[in-house]
Amino acid sequence: MDTQITLRVDGAAHPLTVDTRTTLLDALRERLRNTSPKKGCDHGQCGACTVLLDGRRVNSCLVLAVTVGDAEVTTSDGLAEGDRPHALHRSFVEHDAFQCGYCTPGQVCSAAGVLAEARAGWPSAVTDDLHAADAELTDEEIRERMSGNLCRCAAYANIVPAVAAVAEAEGVRR
Amino acid sequence: MREFRYERAADVAGAVALLADAPQGAFLGGGTNLVDLMKLGVATPDVLVDVRELTSREVTELPDGGLRIGAGVPNADLAADRRVRERFPVLAQALLAGASGQLRNRATTGGNLLQRTRCGYFTDVTRPCNKRSPGSGCGALEGVHRNHAILGQTLAGSDHPATCVATHPSDMAVAMVALDAVVRVHGPDGERAVPITDLHRLPGDDPSRDTTLRHGELITAIDLPALGMPSRYRKVRDRASFAFALVSIAAALRVEDGVVHDVRLALGGVAHAPWRATAAEHVLRGLPATEDSFARAAESELEAATPLRDNGFKVPLARNLIVRTLVDLAESSR
Repeated sequence: MDTQITLRVDGAAHPLTVDTRTTLLDALRERLRNTSPKKGCDHGQCGACTVLLDGRRVNSCLVLAVTVGDAEVTTSDGLAEGDRPHALHRSFVEHDAFQCGYCTPGQVCSAAGVLAEARAGWPSAVTDDLHAADAELTDEEIRERMSGNLCRCAAYANIVPAVAAVAEAEGVRR
Repeated sequence: MREFRYERAADVAGAVALLADAPQGAFLGGGTNLVDLMKLGVATPDVLVDVRELTSREVTELPDGGLRIGAGVPNADLAADRRVRERFPVLAQALLAGASGQLRNRATTGGNLLQRTRCGYFTDVTRPCNKRSPGSGCGALEGVHRNHAILGQTLAGSDHPATCVATHPSDMAVAMVALDAVVRVHGPDGERAVPITDLHRLPGDDPSRDTTLRHGELITAIDLPALGMPSRYRKVRDRASFAFALVSIAAALRVEDGVVHDVRLALGGVAHAPWRATAAEHVLRGLPATEDSFARAAESELEAATPLRDNGFKVPLARNLIVRTLVDLAESSR
């Protein structure tokens, strides 16, 4: 059933007619040709499709495009400022935090979400003190908080330090 | 995926009215489970009424020191709420033990209570499943059932139309069952309050129904009465993160003069519904708060267990989890 929507993606508004069954992921990739978010499992289990919706990380494969409304969609591409890569992009390159790269845009968006959640003081399943005012992104915390992003090349050993380096620069890791 | 009409309403009453006219319609919350089930062909609504932004996204104070949680509060926000972390750590821990950061951002409190089992036979439309397709049989009974129920199943034989050995997947619901939460519901016949222990049902002779809600009833809020004793959630799973529970426990314990004064116990991963361990609670009240007492209580609860061929390990796992968690809580209340 066709419905008119306007998707706001990486700073630009896109009027679209979509079938109500279209996911945000498919709208981005197939209609707007934004292939930054990837389709891995298409069931919310692998994290390759992760984007930010009003700054919060979500699995775009489980979000119906008609439900997005006025929310701002940010893909890994949109985290860059023009030709200037985001600190996470640079850190992933510097730490060799990928092999094939398919999961990387999802990893980067998820890591951006992790940093924002830590700045807001959100705890995780491995946080000992639920009452702590601040969250600190130890390696263990990064592993737990990034567990919704799988990497079939198993670049985890380099993804953790890539995220940790940015966390340190942002003051959410000592 | 079946074609569907997408609707929004101006208010809760409008959403309820929309669904009352659509016997095959469904409410859409965060969609993290429903959209997946629609892709799999397991859920086939012809109308979706989007309520994600309709029900409250606020956590507010109740007069007794409890909290009212709007059904639209995302799981992530609820886990991060300072009042939840201080007064109901068992709930914050349960939420944080569930799903992934991305899913917790999108999933709602109301939707979490209504998520469906992840039994592999339920989610595969080519397999028999009495829950998805009543009368088709139960693939799990003689099939892959290592992570299925050990309590409260319907075990009438593999060809019995009602057999169901699925488990409820929610962590959050287990904590809320231990907390005696009250679910506020708005339906075609008005509003009502459902004690959460009456919300989820055992399979009985109709495994297709997970809850006692009627078609068109919308969860609007969940009330948590004040607790006033130490509580915690512990989850055992095959992976360190992002996996459903093999067995989990939500527990709260008040010890006075070395004696169990009050206790709440609920288990996850063991039954078709979050399992309130009333037998264990009954045994424990008034007993010395010792490991021996905790073991006696656990064993009295698990006497009724009817494990399947490959999930007998859950019985000692549940026993040990109960004992260990109560020992920890007894130490923290000294």
